[in-house]
Amino acid sequence: MTLLKRGLSRRRVLQTGMAGIIGTGVSPLIFSKGAWAQEFCNNPTGDTVTFGLNLPLTGAYAEEGADEQKAYELAVQHLNGEGDGGLINVLTPTALKGNGVLGKKVAFVTSDSQTKADVARAGATRMIERDGAIMVTGGSSSAEAIAVQGLCQEMGVIFMAGLTHSNDTTGKDKRRYGFRHFFNAYQSGIGLAPAIVDAYGADRRAYHLTADYTWGWTQEESMKAATEGLGWQTVEAVRTPLGAADFSQYLTPVLNSGADVLILNHYGNDMVNSLTQAVQFGMRDRQANGKDFQIVVPLFSELMAKGAGANIKGIFGTSNWHWNLQDPGTVAFTKSFGAAYGAPPSQAAHTAYVQALLYADAVERAGTFYPPEVIKALEGFEFDGMGNGPTLYRAEDHQCIKNVLVVQGNDAPTSEYDVLNIVKEIPRDAVAYDPTIFGGDLGPAEPVPMC
Amino acid sequence: MFEVIFLQFLNGLDKGAAYALIALGLTLVFGTLGVVNFAHGALFMLGAFCAVLFRQLLTLETVTVDPTKLSPWGAPLEVREPLVQAWFGDFGAVLVNYSVPASIIITIPIMLLVGIGLERGIIKHFYKRPHAEQILVTFGLAIVAQELIKSFFGPNPIPQPMPSDLRGAADIGAFLGMQANVITYPIWRLVYFLFSFAIIAGVFAFLQFTTFGMVVRAGMADRETVGLLGINIDRRFTIMFGLAAVVAGMAGVMYTPILPPNYHIGMDFLVLSFVVVVVGGMGSLPGAVAAGFLLGILQSFASMTQVKSLIPGIDQIIIYLVAVVILLVLPRGLFGRRGVMES
Amino acid sequence: MRAMSRNDLLLFLGFTLVVLAMPLWLQPFGAAYPDLLQRFMIFGIFAVGFNILFGLTGYLSFGHAAFFGVGSYAAVWSFKLLSLDAIPAMLFAIVVSGLFALLIGYVSLRRSGIYFSILTLAFAQMSYNLAYSVLTPITNGETGLQLTLNDPRYLDAAMGSAQAGQPVPTLLGQSLGGFAGFYFCAGFLILAFFIAQRITNSPFGMMLKGIKSNQTRMNYTGFNTKPYTLAAFVISGMYAGLAGALLAVTDPLAGAERMQWTASGEVVLMTILGGAGTLVGPVIGAWLIKYFENIFSAINDTMLHRFWGFLPEGADNVMVAITSKFVGEGWFLTLGLVFVLIVVFLPGGIMEGVRRIAHLFNRQRKSPDRPASQVQPAE
Repeated sequence: MTLLKRGLSRRRVLQTGMAGIIGTGVSPLIFSKGAWAQEFCNNPTGDTVTFGLNLPLTGAYAEEGADEQKAYELAVQHLNGEGDGGLINVLTPTALKGNGVLGKKVAFVTSDSQTKADVARAGATRMIERDGAIMVTGGSSSAEAIAVQGLCQEMGVIFMAGLTHSNDTTGKDKRRYGFRHFFNAYQSGIGLAPAIVDAYGADRRAYHLTADYTWGWTQEESMKAATEGLGWQTVEAVRTPLGAADFSQYLTPVLNSGADVLILNHYGNDMVNSLTQAVQFGMRDRQANGKDFQIVVPLFSELMAKGAGANIKGIFGTSNWHWNLQDPGTVAFTKSFGAAYGAPPSQAAHTAYVQALLYADAVERAGTFYPPEVIKALEGFEFDGMGNGPTLYRAEDHQCIKNVLVVQGNDAPTSEYDVLNIVKEIPRDAVAYDPTIFGGDLGPAEPVPMC
Repeated sequence: MFEVIFLQFLNGLDKGAAYALIALGLTLVFGTLGVVNFAHGALFMLGAFCAVLFRQLLTLETVTVDPTKLSPWGAPLEVREPLVQAWFGDFGAVLVNYSVPASIIITIPIMLLVGIGLERGIIKHFYKRPHAEQILVTFGLAIVAQELIKSFFGPNPIPQPMPSDLRGAADIGAFLGMQANVITYPIWRLVYFLFSFAIIAGVFAFLQFTTFGMVVRAGMADRETVGLLGINIDRRFTIMFGLAAVVAGMAGVMYTPILPPNYHIGMDFLVLSFVVVVVGGMGSLPGAVAAGFLLGILQSFASMTQVKSLIPGIDQIIIYLVAVVILLVLPRGLFGRRGVMES
Repeated sequence: MRAMSRNDLLLFLGFTLVVLAMPLWLQPFGAAYPDLLQRFMIFGIFAVGFNILFGLTGYLSFGHAAFFGVGSYAAVWSFKLLSLDAIPAMLFAIVVSGLFALLIGYVSLRRSGIYFSILTLAFAQMSYNLAYSVLTPITNGETGLQLTLNDPRYLDAAMGSAQAGQPVPTLLGQSLGGFAGFYFCAGFLILAFFIAQRITNSPFGMMLKGIKSNQTRMNYTGFNTKPYTLAAFVISGMYAGLAGALLAVTDPLAGAERMQWTASGEVVLMTILGGAGTLVGPVIGAWLIKYFENIFSAINDTMLHRFWGFLPEGADNVMVAITSKFVGEGWFLTLGLVFVLIVVFLPGGIMEGVRRIAHLFNRQRKSPDRPASQVQPAE
């Protein structure tokens, strides 16, 4: 068992830290500039700094988790000045030097989140308490992200969210210590609606099948609002249990409902199964109201989309990012990732990589690991070159405002990775929204002295 | 309204047949041999992956790397050429097209081996052990099986296309002389429905009308006496376990086009299979079939918006609600016998 | 009540010592950090409680996670509505889960054997499915119930003890983070163990064991067994509620997935793995499974390279490649293998192994002709 690092307890670190301050007789200076150096959670004292990666290594999203892990390992290499430097070369503005973060080498610890909020929280706690993680990142669901960022707020540790698409993450459950690069359901709705109205006409009747939990509801609401605003009617919105496996009993009523579009507000395995089965019900060969019946999947997971096979062809949806973009950032990242792992990166890998770099960059710009200063550096940060065009880390809700991709299942894929085509890049001004519409409260930046 | 109800009823029958078939293997092991087999889901999953394996073998490709060209992510371009078509020509193409039903050819021997190996290696030591220990060992085996599958096939679902002739929906309404294009149903699901019937009838006939079946039924009732009569009951139980594994595996194979298989689909069906078997009554094959249909039809109707607006969330719990009501009204399920698995 | 026998007292003291010293002796295993220690305590309580039902009466409940989850929800609601103090939250959680157990137990105990198991499973799955979807106003669904800054907290407000910053549960104003939280939970585990021990040795416990070995005979002797089994069911439901509440105290979040059937299955596995019917076994089973889930799953290739570093170049890579299949994302595989090996070679769980080793020593010391059947399981 000696292979496990014998961590110092949090308390001991704090005690020795405080003793050091008092012992050197600098206590009167403690409130002057730079004096916060000793009194926050997991202040790195050695020559390394540890990132905590919270990844779904088992369960339904293990492939996403594996891809995120690859991306983080690549990011760590690039931060430490190994490899080809990846996106460090194209991020503007950047304070990164390729010599670690503030001169400290980056190391990482991992934890299996199993895509469960409870387990993710336990893993994050372990990485903070035992392994001394200065920052926690990763995840594959909104429940995880919201649970972990709540914890990180308590502990005073910054959380850079991975895959999370619910409006709540930067809406009613937003936290001062949580940051999201990924887009959200609301942006999917306002980005996708004009594109499908354009393609299928303004006179359509939509039938929603929605995963019966918070993410599904926000997705359904966003899609309904956005499509109805452009003239579509909603025939019915039916909730389906999470993990239903067989969706046939929800698909049969669609056939004679008078709808001519089916919108599947499902993600992951639910999306794979409901889409596969909807196609088997002949929905794509069907005529309704004198028009061709259509299926729309608002959020694509391209790793999962492979599971739907040929059924995905021609289906509209949205994506945070895709490796087929042609900007220098995307090209650099795809090349770097492809060279290391022999396959193009997924959007999960991309958002993970970018989050790690953005955190490191913010620390460099702040000149300290002290979280409130790092938060200040991230809030309102305007940057470019990461593959999504000019991007703003909005200060009001910690949501990245950037372009959203409308994508369509590829009719003639050239390889197993080539499942999606980019139809349109929606400029970020069109998908920006008023951060107050979702409520919520970021909470204080000053960490509670409990960690 | 009529067509809506008719479709929902048809869907209920279809779901019911699927539930009955998925639970059939469990009835044989759990309901008759009395082993609480938490590896049943894993057997279903292994069957599904027999189809995946068969298709992967059929679609093996020669990969030549073309260093002059690069893929968009910077690796040398790989040129792939399918082998089966190269060897067998048109027949190869037909085989690939029909890979799902054709993979039953390899599923039967593989699952038979798995089942017999499992029974001889481990399960036979557990017939007289407490149910709790049976649960622990079979659950452990299920985990091992699914983790092995994960390490070979990855965690994501792998799509299994159905034969192109059986794709799409059939117009049942027109077939029955009603208005065209109103009552349509996927052809593959109809195939699965018929397949379920054939398998269930076959197993039933086997147990009811052959000497082997008679001996097994006798052995279930009184194992010691049958043993004293000089009959090797152990061997017959082994074969029964193998048979159950084959049935579970075939249910898995034919389900792959409906549900792209991943390594944990077995766990998703485990609880459902137990509910079907217990609601049907322990040890009763007709009971399991009846329970399958009952649960399927009720679930289908409970999912209608009209019903859901009356009782919110009813489609989420209907299966369990029915199980509770049936077990409280009929102490041993629909057709259960006295004294089986009650202590 | 009778006084404790010498053996029982020794067992209790030994158990207390082992639990309280955990931060020390778990250091070399990399598990001596507060969060995992708290979980060891919490799931220990859960398993001890489950064993009161399953180990003593033989009724195998497959829905105990429901009481655990209800306990968590009740505790978090108490934090939101009443006070951030842990005591009202835990009392509230125990009462609510006890009532819930009374309801479900009353219905489910009308059947026995596998029919009972399926009834409890059905109730738990219904709770889980509803908590995830239509009960979202109460449970906050997928996201889980969390504390927020603008919760009312009427009791705290009345006392005028408003707190600044993110709300965290306290005990009489003391924070329960870190090792304080561990000792708080450890106190409850020791108490839970003590009560379980007294129950096992009481006439009530005897009655339950009688039900396990032959319920029909108990009925024929004129006993109405139902109140006894129901009492055992409610007690073990309250244990589960206590464990759920403690989890909410140390980490104020309640999610629906802790009510899923896999969570119910987990406590069954913990109990059988350690040794059903024994007092210490279920606790050990709980510790082992939680250790795997938290420590084995976190070992990555870098750590393995460090571990095998003493081997010559090449050989270490081979060893890393082999071992990495069993740790990190492969921790589940290892757990499955452990289940199979233990149950095949040690029927009766880990405690059976302990007993065999103890027996080996006893035989060396005492006369060798003592028949093996003398060593009875401690059930």
